Amino acid sequence: MNIIESFRTAIGSLVSNKLRSMLTMLGIIIGVGSVIALQSIGQGTIDTAQKNLERSGTNLVTIQPGSQSTGGVATGTNNNNLTYEDAQALAVAGAIPAAAAIEPEYSSGGPIVAGSVNAFGLTVGTNDQWLAVHDATLNSGDWFTDADVSSAHSVAVLGATLAQQLFPDGSDPVGKHISIRRSSFTVVGVLAPKGGSGFGSIDSQMYVPITTAQQRLFGFRPGGSANTGKPVNSIVMKAGNQNDVDNMITQVSNLLRDRHKIGSGQPDDFTVVNQQDQLQAAKDTQATYNVFLLVIASISLFVGGIGIMNIMLVTVTERTREIGIRKAIGARPRDILFQFMIESVTLCFIGGLIGMVLGVGVSVGLDASGISLSGTSPLHTVVSPVIVVVAIGFAVAVGLFFGIYPAQRAARLNPIDALRYE
Amino acid sequence: MISVRDITKTYWMGDVEVNALQGVSFDIYDGEIVAIMGPSGSGKSTLMNVLGCLDQPTAGSYQIDEEEVAEMSEVELADVRNRKIGFVFQSFNLLPKLTALANVELPMMYAGGYSNKERHERATAALEAVGLAGRLHHKPKELSGGQQQRVAIARSLVNDPAMLLADEPTGNLDSKSTVEIMGIFQRLNMEQGITIVFVTHEPDVAEHTRRIIHIRDGLLERDEQVLNQRIVHQGDVNIYHSLEGVSA
Repeated sequence: MNIIESFRTAIGSLVSNKLRSMLTMLGIIIGVGSVIALQSIGQGTIDTAQKNLERSGTNLVTIQPGSQSTGGVATGTNNNNLTYEDAQALAVAGAIPAAAAIEPEYSSGGPIVAGSVNAFGLTVGTNDQWLAVHDATLNSGDWFTDADVSSAHSVAVLGATLAQQLFPDGSDPVGKHISIRRSSFTVVGVLAPKGGSGFGSIDSQMYVPITTAQQRLFGFRPGGSANTGKPVNSIVMKAGNQNDVDNMITQVSNLLRDRHKIGSGQPDDFTVVNQQDQLQAAKDTQATYNVFLLVIASISLFVGGIGIMNIMLVTVTERTREIGIRKAIGARPRDILFQFMIESVTLCFIGGLIGMVLGVGVSVGLDASGISLSGTSPLHTVVSPVIVVVAIGFAVAVGLFFGIYPAQRAARLNPIDALRYE
Repeated sequence: MISVRDITKTYWMGDVEVNALQGVSFDIYDGEIVAIMGPSGSGKSTLMNVLGCLDQPTAGSYQIDEEEVAEMSEVELADVRNRKIGFVFQSFNLLPKLTALANVELPMMYAGGYSNKERHERATAALEAVGLAGRLHHKPKELSGGQQQRVAIARSLVNDPAMLLADEPTGNLDSKSTVEIMGIFQRLNMEQGITIVFVTHEPDVAEHTRRIIHIRDGLLERDEQVLNQRIVHQGDVNIYHSLEGVSA
């Protein structure tokens, strides 16, 4: 009996028991489907992070208040110990030779109002270097000046998306007034869209002089005992070129440790985050997640496999008489073995295909729907063909493994006992 | 030629030991047509299963063409059942989900070596020969008992066996179908020299043969020569046209 005939016989018997076949395949379907869907979400997250990094440039370094242990757990308690004065010290010409530009940030979210239109966005207080640090360009108007910063003027630059939200009629926002927390600001510029997502997309934020943000908008709490100054959320620095990133980090650390009077052997009270490191951390997380995923998928497929074995044993028992007839007219043990093996493998293969369709469907659907998990950026998914092939291959392997025992039982039946079975 | 020597068969039904065969010996030569008769419980079906290589005797020797069946492997036994012996059951034993044609093709699939087309043609010819040209694509439940038994006969013949064994082939059939089946057996025997051995408990059915082996209580009671063999003439039933091609 050749393979094609066995395959046809197998399909025939699966089709004649549609509901049972579906239920049996469910474990395999869920296993394969969930692996493909979850993996594509994970891969999409990594891809998004990678693209964001490429877009913003790889020579950015972010300094945040509070120290971090090597394991990534923040141990610092004083979050006000990074100040505007620190930023100014770093910005002094020659202080950090490797740095090309520096901008401190002090941000808070809140409703932004333009006439009768409301939008929710992050208001970032920064300085005149922001454009240079982020390689951004303006669509219209100008970025606020150093003078605006030192005098704490109420001027604002809008991200492209935010501008569209606040001025849906398409008029140029430059010169118009918007208000946040009852303070009125004059729009002086609108950024060109930069695209991308990720935390705090540049396009959906508003930018004001950091002094204005600190003094008028959000107020500020006095610093800790060691430092009294105006706290910032972060300081973003751009290295002259990518090779200078490590140098710059060392220079920044030395200067800040000095300023914060941290003795040798004491941990930093600030954290320097390199974008490359961040991406690597995300990739490490993804690798852990993948292992976890594999374990869950294996369990699901194993449980599915037990279901397959169970139903194949039932099938063999139900079809004992058929097996007897086939043996009586000359089927060899091997023919019977093949018949039932092919049936269980087919069951798993079809289950794998359905799982694939569902998994790919879910991931494409999530991608298209623009649903966001983190609340900031739409979910992006990437289906990996390798994972699809591996998942279906696994399903087939499960069919082989769990099909052997029932098929052997069928193949070993004694013809006359099988024929007499009622 | 088959040769049976002192065959015994003992099996257990629950706690009861049943001695179905208690030492049976006989020879059947190529080209014979033989009926095995006996009351129920005489062991005739057990004997038939042994002859058909579906069951193994507890002791004794059973040789087909001087080959000892007990020494054959499972694969060799499957091969004997596939090519040397055609077996017809009382309850037809067709696969219910397959059409008549697919049922008849099955032994050829297990034999291997046939193309789809050859298989199809041979199965069609075999069904035509037993008068079922118009029923190729019917499933067993759409056929009468007599028709189902003719499908089973076509299936048993499709690999050109030297011997056709039948266990009460007419047991579930009316008298008209019985005569039809006997006619087919006689023609196969006379025109193609196929050895025919079948079990029956009806004396007038047994008289369609030339020799009747009587079994009683697991023993050979009498080996009888039929003096007035009943012959089914072509005019008696008009179901078959020619058996040419059944095992051509």
